[in-house]
Amino acid sequence: MTEAALDNYEATSLTQLTLRRFFRHRMALLSIGVLALVIFSALFAPLSPYGPTEQNPSNDLMPPSLDHWFGTDDLGRDVFTRTLYGGRISIIVGLAATGLSLLVGVVVGALAGYFGGWLDNLLMRITDAFLSLPSLFVLILISTVLRDMPNSAMRNSVWIVVVVIAVLSWMWPARLIRGAFLSMRHHEFVIAAESVGVGDWRIMLRHILPNSVGLIIVQATLSVGSAIIIESGLSYLGFGVQPPTPSWGNLLATAQVYALRAPWLMIFPGLMIFITTMSVNHIGDGLRDAFDPFSVR
Amino acid sequence: MSTYIVRRTLQAIPLLLILSVMLFALVRMAPGGPLAQAERNPNITQEQIERLRERLGLNQPFYVQYIKWARTIVLEGDLGDSIKSGREVSVMIGERIPNTLLLVGVAFLLTLCVAIPLGALSARKQYSLLDYVVTTFTFAGQSVPIYWLGLMAVLTFYVWIDNPFTGKPLFPAGGMYSIGSDKGLGDLLWHMVMPVGTLSLAWIAWYSRFFRASMLDVLNADYMRTARAKGLSEGRVLYIHALRNAVMPLVTMIALDFPSLFAGALFVETIFSWPGMGRLFWEAARGRDYPVLLGVILINAGLIVVANILADILYGVIDPRVQYD
Repeated sequence: MTEAALDNYEATSLTQLTLRRFFRHRMALLSIGVLALVIFSALFAPLSPYGPTEQNPSNDLMPPSLDHWFGTDDLGRDVFTRTLYGGRISIIVGLAATGLSLLVGVVVGALAGYFGGWLDNLLMRITDAFLSLPSLFVLILISTVLRDMPNSAMRNSVWIVVVVIAVLSWMWPARLIRGAFLSMRHHEFVIAAESVGVGDWRIMLRHILPNSVGLIIVQATLSVGSAIIIESGLSYLGFGVQPPTPSWGNLLATAQVYALRAPWLMIFPGLMIFITTMSVNHIGDGLRDAFDPFSVR
Repeated sequence: MSTYIVRRTLQAIPLLLILSVMLFALVRMAPGGPLAQAERNPNITQEQIERLRERLGLNQPFYVQYIKWARTIVLEGDLGDSIKSGREVSVMIGERIPNTLLLVGVAFLLTLCVAIPLGALSARKQYSLLDYVVTTFTFAGQSVPIYWLGLMAVLTFYVWIDNPFTGKPLFPAGGMYSIGSDKGLGDLLWHMVMPVGTLSLAWIAWYSRFFRASMLDVLNADYMRTARAKGLSEGRVLYIHALRNAVMPLVTMIALDFPSLFAGALFVETIFSWPGMGRLFWEAARGRDYPVLLGVILINAGLIVVANILADILYGVIDPRVQYD
């Protein structure tokens, strides 16, 4: 390359390449728009003229209208407002549970993959044990026991739902991260760092971890979707977020009783879960393609 | 081969043991415990409660209680009695297992019958219209919560669409047989349509996507080129060489997925009042019937372990490269 050509040559960083690939994924872009809409509507829920728990018994089970976009429920509460507030809870629980499960998963996976040997063996047996649990059943049992605790602050806490979901979903990130650490452990850059005397922890944190960021981001995105589905599922069955606090799941729980008289109660909260997880999954799919250096998209 | 099975089974034992200790501790942690009802009853004196505590062994240290409990399960197959109904837990679960297995088994067979051809076709004609439709469907299917799918099925086939001949709902909203019917096969099948359909639809989405991916891997493999170069017919190449190799990862996937199959059954049984283990568990959890909860989880965990062992054995049968000794 001549001097002049070098001057005109613009370097593209890895991040730029990744972003460029991501922006070519049309469904992912569309999904970002949809997700932004869902999040904004949840953020601005207080702008609604109705309160999330404001009852109006003379207005019960009204079909959707201009006053009540999603209709009203058995206590005359506005379902649109409750769906927006429910979204706040469901999204926060989804994000928090993902964060926590990822934290545990990354630590377990990194230790197992980096140090190998008996530690790897032990950690992976524990991971396998958790993977073969009938997890939904155990989730329900734990939640039942915790909600019987005398301390009422703990009993109705949304954070219990977060912890319980995280405890039973850290295994997937752990396995994935272990694989990444295991394969990078013997790459030249790690051996080079070792040979100049860099310590184990520094190698893990500064050399290997940054190289698995793509993997972690993709995994995080996909698990937000599944955490939202688990939360709403638990709440639907009555073992997650407790009424009167609305969540997308517990809004559906009361709806089935009124299937004949007020079918709209069943439609909208479920539709929100569907739209949200679908967007999140599309974004995850786009990110996976974007971070894959061999992707041809 | 037989020693391999023995080893797998032996590996499963510590797992079940740890699980049972954790669950037992959790349930003991629950406030109230087995004496809660007696304590609330004003006709029972403190002295009687103490005697009851002694008789149930609740005054002994945790590990003694655990060993006693575990021993009766292993030696006598006795999971204790239900707090609510007083019936034996093992009998209650025994009544429900066939119903769950019927539901899950039929739905799973249907899933494989649809998902394998769908995934194979979609991979074979990658980027075609069919592939596009299948991919979109599977993506949607993976994002939809199974209980909402069930609720929408109720709305569509029970609330909205009536049978044009009788004017009654097209499918029943729940249960296994009509009330007062002679429990015939036709009635059973009629009740199975919605729960089986809901489960299968959700599972087909997962499995056809998975099978499409594993089929794509296989289609690009070197041995496919070799098979064609040998002059084998395209049908033979696809159905003998490709399908068989693509099915192998599926077996592992099924084994790993077993817990979620039962989870799906729990939702569907709850929505459609299907008298299976999932519904029993849900009712027991609402009523804080801890012996039943523990029993169902242990049985479920046991079934999952058995399924994993079976999958491993099956893996050895279909993949001649896997050698057990």
